[in-house]
Amino acid sequence: MFWNVIKGTVSQLRTLGMIFMHSFRKRETQNYPEDPVYLPPRYRGRIVLTRDPDGEERCVACNLCAVVCPVACISLQKGEQEDGRWYPEFFRINFSRCIYCGMCEEACPTSAIQLTPDFEMGEYRRQELVYEKQDLLIDGPGKDHDYHFYKVAGMAIAGKDKGRAQNEEPPIDVKTLLP
Amino acid sequence: MATIHVDGQSYDVDGADNLLSACLSLGLDVPYFCWHPAMGSVGACRQCAVKQYKDADDTRGMLVMSCMTPAADDSRISISDAEAREFRASVIEWLMINHPHDCPVCEEGGHCHLQDMTVMTGHDRRRYRFRKRTHRNQELGPFIAHEMNRCITCYRCVRFYRDYAGGTDLGAFGANSNIYFGRHQDGVLESAFSGNLTEVCPTGVFTDKTHSERYTRKWDLQFAPSICHQCASGCNISPGERYGDIRRIENRYHGEVNRFFLCDRGRFGYGYVNRSDRPLRPEWRSDRNDTAVTLEVDAALGRGADLLRTSRRVIGIGSPRASLESNHQLRELVGEDNFSTGIAAQELACLTAMNALNRNCGLPTPTLRDVEDHDAVLVLGEDLIASAARAGLAVRQAVTARRTELAAERDIPSWNDEAVRTLGQDSYHPLYIAYPIATGLDDISAGSWTLAPADIARLGFAVAHAIDAEAPVVEDLDESTRREAETIAKRLLAARRPLVIGGGSLGSPVVIEAAGSVARALSRRTRQGSLLLVRGEANSTGLTMLGGESLEWALDELDGAHADAVVVLENDLYQRAPREQVDAVLERADAVIVLDHQRTATWQHADLGLPAAAFSEADGTLVSLEGRAQRFFQVFDPRYIRPETRIHESWRWLHALRADMLRQDTGEITFDAVTRACAEHYPELHDMLGSSPSADYRVRGLKLAREPHRYSGRTAMRAHLDVSEPRASQDVDSPFTFSMEGYNGFDRPREEVAFAWAPGWNSPQAWNKFTDEVGGHLSAGDPGVRLLHPCPGQYDYFVALPERFTPRDSAWQVVVLPRLFGGEETSSRATPIIERAAPVTLRLSVDDAQRLGCSDGDLLSVVTDSGRTNLPVQLDAVLPVGLVGIPAGVEPGLISGDWAELKAEATNHHQGQIMGQRDDETGGRP
Repeated sequence: MFWNVIKGTVSQLRTLGMIFMHSFRKRETQNYPEDPVYLPPRYRGRIVLTRDPDGEERCVACNLCAVVCPVACISLQKGEQEDGRWYPEFFRINFSRCIYCGMCEEACPTSAIQLTPDFEMGEYRRQELVYEKQDLLIDGPGKDHDYHFYKVAGMAIAGKDKGRAQNEEPPIDVKTLLP
Repeated sequence: MATIHVDGQSYDVDGADNLLSACLSLGLDVPYFCWHPAMGSVGACRQCAVKQYKDADDTRGMLVMSCMTPAADDSRISISDAEAREFRASVIEWLMINHPHDCPVCEEGGHCHLQDMTVMTGHDRRRYRFRKRTHRNQELGPFIAHEMNRCITCYRCVRFYRDYAGGTDLGAFGANSNIYFGRHQDGVLESAFSGNLTEVCPTGVFTDKTHSERYTRKWDLQFAPSICHQCASGCNISPGERYGDIRRIENRYHGEVNRFFLCDRGRFGYGYVNRSDRPLRPEWRSDRNDTAVTLEVDAALGRGADLLRTSRRVIGIGSPRASLESNHQLRELVGEDNFSTGIAAQELACLTAMNALNRNCGLPTPTLRDVEDHDAVLVLGEDLIASAARAGLAVRQAVTARRTELAAERDIPSWNDEAVRTLGQDSYHPLYIAYPIATGLDDISAGSWTLAPADIARLGFAVAHAIDAEAPVVEDLDESTRREAETIAKRLLAARRPLVIGGGSLGSPVVIEAAGSVARALSRRTRQGSLLLVRGEANSTGLTMLGGESLEWALDELDGAHADAVVVLENDLYQRAPREQVDAVLERADAVIVLDHQRTATWQHADLGLPAAAFSEADGTLVSLEGRAQRFFQVFDPRYIRPETRIHESWRWLHALRADMLRQDTGEITFDAVTRACAEHYPELHDMLGSSPSADYRVRGLKLAREPHRYSGRTAMRAHLDVSEPRASQDVDSPFTFSMEGYNGFDRPREEVAFAWAPGWNSPQAWNKFTDEVGGHLSAGDPGVRLLHPCPGQYDYFVALPERFTPRDSAWQVVVLPRLFGGEETSSRATPIIERAAPVTLRLSVDDAQRLGCSDGDLLSVVTDSGRTNLPVQLDAVLPVGLVGIPAGVEPGLISGDWAELKAEATNHHQGQIMGQRDDETGGRP
């Protein structure tokens, strides 16, 4: 009994001491938001739609991001520009469902959809977390500076004729007899 | 039967098959491109290579193309052999060296056979470092988009288009690296079956242009089993919906009806259900000239019930484009004595005659697949390509099957397509056609005559007499016609299975009776033949079985003030009766209630308009021309995406209206209950109960899924309206769910398949997994129930033979000619069909035109008792003198058989009016 009282008192004093010593330790918590958080460039945060180096929308509305999304929070509709490019007529992400897994970015064949180092998306009303295309589209190419889908793909658009894509011969002449 | 050994396993297969189709029938996955179940093998793509061993001791084996190798008894093959796999992977790699890296912007992506095969063979890295071949595309009209870069030169397109469907304007040009599949120049693809190129092409060279504008991947579409409403053939379709619009019609395999192919009207004529001017809410007009106000459902039902209660007698006008259930509910609402079918008297007489003949002519009605198994065909008064195009395609197969017969004599298997075709050349089974103008099947006919309707009937009766001497003699028949009739009779009698085709296209009951007489004569000579009678609209057959008075009767009752209220069900009266008459009747009626899914001219005259569901939003049963009752299922719930809509099935509206009128509790009504009531009410329709599974049908306790399991965007597609997703719409009427939850597989056979998907098979080729054997029947049996059966008995010949047709000096006999594009009420409201439709012209024989002193393009007015119509003239070299051909769907006042005067029209103003009206109708979404 007496031994237990000694042991308990020492333990209490030791704890008090340890807690007191924490006053001199380096602070672990961060003074957010006064001190900004460092996020690595590949952090998977808020999703954006980027533009190609010419400043045109990169998204071709292929629907791969939507189908790969495990929570089905992306929905879009294909449209076609005057010049023959495919583009999303609307592009909607329900961020109140998004789990920031980054599968959409992996699936995107044109580097259009990218996750960015930004998690500051708090809203009082859930409805505000539904982002439309104008909320998602940014002005630059994001992480992928050079990729330009239509310069690679064989589909002709205004200003890029058949045979002008990467590694393409000029269009064949059906009527020639030469081998 | 043969036993083959595949990778050490023994299987029993059909020895007449090739190895590829035998393996696919067994459910084994062998990659292929150029082979198609309906078109046989040519061995062009080299993709289906397997290892074949001579005997049990052979360990080396050799590579063979499985599509070109017979499934001989005791064959030993290996699909998984390393060398065979490597060979197949190489073939894909070669095929892909020119493929343009554009899957993200390709309308085939997601249901692409080339994608499937590439994944199946395992090719995933490009090694070829050199340049890709490119091509220029062609403009192929409003239906088909062309992207030649994607071609893998399998030749399926031209084999389908030319050899199967008889088209002439698509071909293979150039050779080796210069090869090109297209037309000789830009232009509209002429074939009525061009849409099948989108499914036949294993990649994205030919894609659906009507879908492209608002394209959605196959995995994002919500499907349901449906029936094409654009003619009476009863083809099975899978409409795909996204965001509240129908985006595409896919072929739904039915082993007895359409199998792999649809016609273009059925595939591309769906646009009317997407029109932006469709009524979405009940509309009320206190005064006919007021603009309409929209009402809520209860208010609309209340006012409708008031209208009906206060009226003395209510006439119900049904519709052959509405389901049996809707027509039945209308008949329940107004009573049996007040129900009209909404079909004009002349057509109704034809339909009644056809239903009677199907029962008592002695010959059965063939299914469309069965049509292909006949070896002599006589067509009286039908241009099948215009009136029931899919049936026309089946007749073409029947006629070209002569090649297969010749091949069988020389032991060439029927699947060896190139050999069969080379041997057959232009040998056909006999096909005889009598029609006022040239028809789409003339190119393979042994004889075709352009005759007036009365003369077509006389030719038919002469054939009947030549077959059976007891059939009445045709008086004052000229010698050449008699000889021709005898030739036809001889060929029909010589055939194993003769087929007689007639129908109501020309609106002439005697032509139908003539076809019936030939059939009866054949059956008396105990020939195993068939009689196919072509009806006009999707549910013409069913509505005739249900019974009811003609449209004229209904109009007369209203006009004579014997009734003061009318309920019109999915029927535009202005398309079926002269404008003045309908105007007068609707003006006179105290209450007009219209249910429709289109803003028709009749709708604009309604006191109360109730927005009905189109085929994509409703459940219902139709009876096709072969007497098959088939169920179409609701594809999507319009309120889910557009909550403001108040669209309901007509039968539901009518049920609620009746309950309100009788001041009963509306209660919940289900489709099954209506179908049961309908089947019990009409003895002829009793068997329709078996046409679809009831709402409590389950597969392993699961409902059936309408959406593919990859369906995307469920938590975002409605998020702009409300971020909290509502519960998925519930379907009390069918075993399907509006969700991807539910069964969608192929291993538990079921009749109703919303869409075909199997692991590794995203393209339409996945149907091979759902059939008992490749190109056979669905594993669970083909859906639908046949209602028209021949009744044995002694029936007499039709004796009131018509007089010979004699042209008159100052009058012309009107023949209304069906048109594939534009001739049908609903599809002619779809933009692509309007673009594709030929200009509306009046056909006149060259002699008559000379007599009238007019030439191509001149405006003539057709004057009959019912009014005056101005149309530009088109000279027809073969149309008989004394006839004037009017395209269907132009002026309902002009009825086949009427006599009209033709007068030259000086000005062009009326034509402008017609065209202007057409332009209005193109409004809205495609």
